[in-house]
Amino acid sequence: MLIGKSLDIRSSEITPKSSYMKRRKFIAGASAATAGLIVGRGLLELVHPGERVHAQTKLSGVIKSSLSTDESQTPYKDVTHYNNFYEFGTAKEEPAEKAKNFKTSPWTVSVGGAVKKPLKYDLDALMKLAPLEERIYRHRCVEAWSIVVPWIGFPLNALIKQVEPTSNAKFVAFQSFYDPHEMPTARYAGIAFPYVEGLRLDEAIHPLAILCFGMYGETLPNQDGAPVRLVVPWKYGFKSIKSIVKISFVEKQPPTTWNLAAPNEYWFYSNVNPAVDHPRWSQAKERRLGEFFRRPTLLFNGYGGQVAQLYAGMDLRKDF
Amino acid sequence: MKSLLASKWTKILVFLLCLLPISRLAWRALHENLGANPIEFITHETGDWTLIFLVLTLSITPARKLLRQPQLIRFRRMLGLFAFFYVCLHFSTWIGLDKFFDFPDMIKDVRKRPFITAGFTGLVLLIPLAVTSTAGWIRRLGGKRWQMLHRLIYFSALAGVVHYYWLVKSDIRKPVRYGAIVILLLAYRAGVWLHAKRSRAAGRTLATEAVTNTESA
Repeated sequence: MLIGKSLDIRSSEITPKSSYMKRRKFIAGASAATAGLIVGRGLLELVHPGERVHAQTKLSGVIKSSLSTDESQTPYKDVTHYNNFYEFGTAKEEPAEKAKNFKTSPWTVSVGGAVKKPLKYDLDALMKLAPLEERIYRHRCVEAWSIVVPWIGFPLNALIKQVEPTSNAKFVAFQSFYDPHEMPTARYAGIAFPYVEGLRLDEAIHPLAILCFGMYGETLPNQDGAPVRLVVPWKYGFKSIKSIVKISFVEKQPPTTWNLAAPNEYWFYSNVNPAVDHPRWSQAKERRLGEFFRRPTLLFNGYGGQVAQLYAGMDLRKDF
Repeated sequence: MKSLLASKWTKILVFLLCLLPISRLAWRALHENLGANPIEFITHETGDWTLIFLVLTLSITPARKLLRQPQLIRFRRMLGLFAFFYVCLHFSTWIGLDKFFDFPDMIKDVRKRPFITAGFTGLVLLIPLAVTSTAGWIRRLGGKRWQMLHRLIYFSALAGVVHYYWLVKSDIRKPVRYGAIVILLLAYRAGVWLHAKRSRAAGRTLATEAVTNTESA
């Protein structure tokens, strides 16, 4: 019970009901608007995901090559937003986003093993080893899709000549950059890193195999393997290792990442071959990005005229 | 809560929500925003939503019991039919867009590729369920038999998860997540069944004891 205690709130201090309601309405309205904005942006992002292409440096003095195809090139947006680069996520659109802050400068590539002149190359020095050429190649992924890309680089052989392999060098082993801190999503990829690949020496010195620094007239975007990658157009795309930091010349066939992950699905050579199916899907046809109908896949991705002699006498079903 | 779940409007709202994934696909298709490989995008989206609707359908029974919301049953048929709707879209994308009606090639695929065999099995198992989803069919079959038949959804969901698991190259996170949810939902049922069996057995023992006691008395 209250005794002798008067109501000591003056009527002027009491918020009039109307403004009280107004305030409530305002708060409700503001929260609704904020929520709406967030949801709306989320929805907008869902239906229209942003493009993430970063300005690259133009490459000048690039020579056209007679080894280029005249097929129509895949749009830049597709080549930069449909990537397999498992260090930066396994969904096709993930690398474009997750690799955007990847530091590619300074960059060194160490070249060693069975060579007379092992050397650590600074990227700029490496790029000046030979004149840059534009090579418009078909690129066929083991997942049965393909693209046509105007790569920029020079024959891997230019580097090989420089370091002078010894008679012990039978294979070339490549290794990608790997840093779990810079590539936190890599641990979910289900394959071991750093990514490693390899070629037989005669494959590596073949003029079609290039060390690649750019595409579409510019330096490589991060998600496409910046700053330096391999391009071997007659093999499935995963052989064309990205963001290379190490090249070694070895006597024995080197381990390769996908072969380690699933030896019955990916073998060392991995030449494009419509007659040898992946155990889980057919390789007879492929979908060229931007086309509706699947087109037939060509043996050695259509480069058989130039490379078939490398495999003369080999059983391509056994050595797939 | 009860009246909300029982409302006709809630059912309409849920129906419209179930149409969101297809609307989003249609919107993106109209705006040519299906990414670099549209056919693959449509295939993955419709496949994903099939699994989501299968999981939602399977969650109704546990949710009814655990949340004590029996009214939730009103949504089960609709969710199940939407799972069927999305799997039909998924399958027709494969037939019409991916394979472009190359039937010999598709038959080869179903036979030769385990992941396609699994997916196809999951789809086929859903057909009788969609057909017999009407009240008329429940009457014709009788509740018990109808319920037995509709347990096929367990195998369909498992086949769907296996289909997804066998498809991915190395990153198994998503199929494993779906698998874990499906197994959890099936484990709930197994638990309920075991419990019921045990209490029935206990009931019988009690009854026998009672009889014995009466006799000895």
